Amino acid sequence: MQFFEFTEEQELLRKAVREFAEAEVAPKAAEWDEQDYCPMELFPVMGELGINGIFTPEEYGGAGMGHVERAICIEEISRYSAGLGIALMTHHLGMSPILDFGTEDQKKKYLPELCAGTKLCGLAVTEPGGGSDFAGQKTTAELVDGQWVLNGRKCFITNHHADVSVITAVTGVDEKGRNQLSAFIVEKGTPGFSAGRKEHKLGLRGSVTGDLILNEVKIPEENIIGKVGAGAKIGMAAIGEVGRAGMSAICVGILRGCVEEAVKFANERVVYGKPISKLQAIQFEVANIRTEYEAAKMLLYYAAGKKDAKLPATTDFAIAKYYSTEGAVRASKRTMDLMGGYGVINEYPVGRFLRDALASIPSGGTSHVQQLIIAGNTLSAFKA
Amino acid sequence: MALKIVVCIKPVPDPDYYDKVSIDPVTKRITREGIPTIINPVDKNGIEAALKLKAQYGGKVTVITMAPPNATENLKEALAMGADEAVLLSDRAFGGADTLATSYTLAKGIEKIGGFDIVFCGTESADGATAQVSSQLGEWLGVPHLWSVFNMEASSEQCLRVKTKAENGFMEWDIKLPCLLGVSRELNKPRFISAMGIIKAKNKPISIWGKSDLDVEDERLGLTGSPTKAGAIFTPDLKRKGEMLTGSAEEIADAIIEKLRAAGVNIPTQGDACSIEGGAQ
Repeated sequence: MQFFEFTEEQELLRKAVREFAEAEVAPKAAEWDEQDYCPMELFPVMGELGINGIFTPEEYGGAGMGHVERAICIEEISRYSAGLGIALMTHHLGMSPILDFGTEDQKKKYLPELCAGTKLCGLAVTEPGGGSDFAGQKTTAELVDGQWVLNGRKCFITNHHADVSVITAVTGVDEKGRNQLSAFIVEKGTPGFSAGRKEHKLGLRGSVTGDLILNEVKIPEENIIGKVGAGAKIGMAAIGEVGRAGMSAICVGILRGCVEEAVKFANERVVYGKPISKLQAIQFEVANIRTEYEAAKMLLYYAAGKKDAKLPATTDFAIAKYYSTEGAVRASKRTMDLMGGYGVINEYPVGRFLRDALASIPSGGTSHVQQLIIAGNTLSAFKA
Repeated sequence: MALKIVVCIKPVPDPDYYDKVSIDPVTKRITREGIPTIINPVDKNGIEAALKLKAQYGGKVTVITMAPPNATENLKEALAMGADEAVLLSDRAFGGADTLATSYTLAKGIEKIGGFDIVFCGTESADGATAQVSSQLGEWLGVPHLWSVFNMEASSEQCLRVKTKAENGFMEWDIKLPCLLGVSRELNKPRFISAMGIIKAKNKPISIWGKSDLDVEDERLGLTGSPTKAGAIFTPDLKRKGEMLTGSAEEIADAIIEKLRAAGVNIPTQGDACSIEGGAQ
């Protein structure tokens, strides 16, 4: 086994994104949360820094790096604002089907502006009938006179205000009578296509989540991604290896926030004449918080490294996502406990960390869904 | 005009590790071993100024530092910001240099780079904070130099209009190229490093030059070439001290004036042009 360490370039990238996050994200994160404001003005800035197009090849306007680097960017930003973290991660999530399954024309048409951050991207799969019941989708797409006509409603869509949305819809049934899905690119402003109600979320505020309504939406035939019927594969690949990776990176960012806030508070808070960091009871909490962070970090970067090495990583990302989201909930609760009454005062970010961690659990599949994926793989992979 | 621009940077201890920084009790120098470094913050304003001029007029930006070998990390950061090439002056013989030996060595390094239109330095370093190197370097290079530059624009092909800070105001200068400018943090906002910049930096050259690569006189280098000898380093006692004065209001006022004068405060006596008629009540 090789020693696990980041390359010099990855360390420099982390430093660069951290400088950006400390200057442009940290001072405003609490305000974005309070006002549920999505800082769209930062997308062009992140575009210049290469963050939006971090894993997109240079020929399409990206930085040409990989998914380890993507995780670094999301972790550093989510250390201060998990809300901006999920807006960014969803932007990547929408771009990945175009990059991985799109035609050359689609890549050239959409990716450069998405990398630049002059346009926002999203992925819309979930419907009121359910998100994990992938094949049970009701949205339909029908090819009529050389145009796809889409009808239906999507819900819980982060970045539902996106300029470019990748949308899955039923295009037929297979020989066993199961729904056959396809994926499409739908641009904002297409007649009949609109963003519906915006959800009022517990956490990850500052990202926009809501409905997408498709009412006789006509798009060109060439806006299909991949082949007819490939929608399930395309959607699952994006969610499994880009969506869950992003949610895991967000929670690793929250976890680092917990470690740093806990240490800061424990060293500054003086009770009975000495900082509480001298108390064993507090040290036990600090150790637990740190362990959650390190474990989640290793799982995330191991899975991301596997993806960059072109190895199957869906189970690894499920494990990383399951552990880091639940770990972030545990650690932010522990950090609040460590801070006593100050933990619930909103001048400290820890209450926000807990809300953001809780809101991270359902995105990309709940913990129960991750457990099913992990168990499914385990029961076959470990069969004697 | 394609400009040849040189930017001097200095690796300084990362402020996150200030509690690990110590002073050697014998040499009275900062012990920096094992402490991660960052580019001296105001030097980044120098890099930014250079990159802006390059974007406007074309040319080449070279960053240079005199530091231990691990400073290549800091140079890579400067290259990722957009500088074209980097030079590290590193040799045991350069160690222990004060500002005079440092500026001499830097001047020799810049000489070897071969000609320049503008040299940028930060006004001062975050660790030593002597603020001497930029002016000394200007002297070694034999070019006009200005310090504490907070505004700069090209006024003609070969001339810059520059504003420098002064007490209660500023001074405005036209300075002819080639020249050296010691820039302040107010000059600009250094850019963030981009992922694309990091990738490009991979293929940019970093030259490492030691004593034998430079046309230098040995006795001007490092500790030998450093006339500065730190006497003692201490933290000044800034504790407040209270003193009760007794007497009438007038006596107390006189006593206060006397004590202030004794402490060096310049209070005019009666009869001076600016004295106040009347007196204390």
